[in-house]
Amino acid sequence: MLDIKDLQVTAEGKQILKGIDLHVKAGEVHAIMGPNGSGKSTLARVLAGHPEYQVTSGEVLYEGRDLLEMDPDERAREGLFMAFQYPVEIAGVTNAYFLKAALNAKRKHQGQVELDAIEFLQLSREKAKMLNIDQGMLNRAINEGFSGGEKKRNEIFQMALLEPKLAILDETDSGLDIDALKVVSDGVNALRSPDRAIIVVTHYQRLLNYIVPDFVHVLSGGRIVKSGDKRLALELEEKGYGWLDTNAA
Amino acid sequence: MAQLAEKLQPWLAALDERPRGAARWLQDLRDHAASKFVELGFPTVRDEEWRFTNVAPIASTEFRPAPATKLDPAALATFLYAEAPFRVVVVNGRFSPELSRTSGLPKGVRFGSLATAAAEQADIVARYLGQLADANTRSFTALNTAFATDGAYVYVPDGVVLEQPLQMLFVSAVDGPHAAMTHPRALVVAGDRSQVQIVETYVSAPGQKHFTNAVTEIVAGESAIIDHYKVQEESVDAFHMATMHIHSARSSNVSTHAFTLGGRLVRNDIFAVLDGEGAEATLNGLYLADGDRLVDTHTTIDHAKPHCPSHEVYKGIIGGNAKAVFNGKIIVRQDAQKTDAKQTNRALLLSDHATINTKPQLEIFADDVKCTHGAAIGQLDEDALFYLRARGLTFLEARDMLIHAFAGEILDRVRIEPLKRALEDELYAQLEKDLAEVDAA
Repeated sequence: MLDIKDLQVTAEGKQILKGIDLHVKAGEVHAIMGPNGSGKSTLARVLAGHPEYQVTSGEVLYEGRDLLEMDPDERAREGLFMAFQYPVEIAGVTNAYFLKAALNAKRKHQGQVELDAIEFLQLSREKAKMLNIDQGMLNRAINEGFSGGEKKRNEIFQMALLEPKLAILDETDSGLDIDALKVVSDGVNALRSPDRAIIVVTHYQRLLNYIVPDFVHVLSGGRIVKSGDKRLALELEEKGYGWLDTNAA
Repeated sequence: MAQLAEKLQPWLAALDERPRGAARWLQDLRDHAASKFVELGFPTVRDEEWRFTNVAPIASTEFRPAPATKLDPAALATFLYAEAPFRVVVVNGRFSPELSRTSGLPKGVRFGSLATAAAEQADIVARYLGQLADANTRSFTALNTAFATDGAYVYVPDGVVLEQPLQMLFVSAVDGPHAAMTHPRALVVAGDRSQVQIVETYVSAPGQKHFTNAVTEIVAGESAIIDHYKVQEESVDAFHMATMHIHSARSSNVSTHAFTLGGRLVRNDIFAVLDGEGAEATLNGLYLADGDRLVDTHTTIDHAKPHCPSHEVYKGIIGGNAKAVFNGKIIVRQDAQKTDAKQTNRALLLSDHATINTKPQLEIFADDVKCTHGAAIGQLDEDALFYLRARGLTFLEARDMLIHAFAGEILDRVRIEPLKRALEDELYAQLEKDLAEVDAA
């Protein structure tokens, strides 16, 4: 589903990713771990198409197509979803209005009928209920005045509604209490299917107790320095990231 | 400050040719204002209050008072909003009885021609007309007072609650060889415990070049509730200078919402005096400046008595080579303890050549007060744009959603549904055109 080859990325003239290779197949869950500043959030944001990064080398194929040639909105309509580390507050636009527009943009793009207001409401109620999310959130302005936990739940709610093929969670667990963490992981686990792939970017192993990955990759200094299965995450939890830097050097 | 006498010459000639024959008190008011205007001349950019707005294009044009004309009733439908159940239509500064709809108003309510009221309700009109609007120090007010022969008049007796909005519709319709000017005047007197919604609209057909110099005085009695809307949708070639005064008595609540969508050179001065304990004022505004237009807003909220809250939110969308000016002054007098004044001013710049000069001005003489003000000027938020795009909206869809959200905060406060829809339609149609130009560039 996703094939990343020798991806090199700079931001403001500084090289952040120094050659990433990563292959993700449908049905798989990959965890990307690493210390602060290792480039793991950059990787997530580049995949989503954030304009502040320049790809200087390498390629990214998404379902065989050149992902880097696609605008951020086209990526989203093609089924890529990134849950933001810092979801943006937008006054004056309700979640419901925004998400209906987003969902219908995607449905239209994929040749499906657009949902009317009532159908959308039914669907969003169903998803909110499934995720144990307060439906009142729908009528509030996007993330405006939301607590950190509410913002992250809103990201998961959006993901559940948009049903992506490839979901990338950018440190969705940071700053969450255990209840919110369960909401987030239940939401992700509900989405797991043989047709979908999930990339979980996280600093801590804790989330991986709830979302059990098939593969774990450790990013350090802009490179993947180690890959393994879920046991690697436990090893990192035990030893910290310190031992990797010396290995990588 | 005064200009060279020869520059004012055409204006002096026009002042001399003014029609006379009003009641003595009214004629004196006009003549006094005329002599004050001659002393004051036009303001220049050397005046602090006019630093960014050069009115030389007005001063140097030989405007003549717009002639009386008949307007086809069908023409009204072409304007943004003319559909209030009760309306007074003033064409080229003259009350038009055939276009107005004033029958069926509750007993004691007066809504009609200011000239007629000056004759029939001289005691009330003489008590208020020109009392708030200062012709001694303000050139355009002096000019209006000198020239205005008619306009709109609203009188709501004590305790009367009007269920339907009253619209004062000022139309400029000029097609003669001369540059034409109108000096519309409005007086609103709302008695104690009365309640009224007022829509004050200024319109002209596209392409018309004219000068509107309006003065409105609003007097709110004790516990009166006034919900006022000013809509300016004149031709983009028009000059529009407008001054509005609000005087608020104890426990009254006046809100005014200014929508500026037309005009080449537009200046709105609003003076609100909170002159009784517990009086509340809300000043909201939304303006769109594009092309080479200039939109200048100066507001003054004068907290003269204790326990008065005031709320002010102004937003502007500025594109092309347009300029905007926002100056929000809040005065808190020594007596006015427990004042709670909030002011917000935000502007969205759609192009690199669009500019705004903005300044909050707080003059606080009391010590137990809350005053907050904030200004935010800028382009659309890149992070917000990316967030919306990352969910599948195109750049244009995301941008439009953010702009609509920006304007929506003010539009949503319009409590007259058909007016709100008309404003939304017009604003978004204009924006669509402006944004298409931005995209083409």
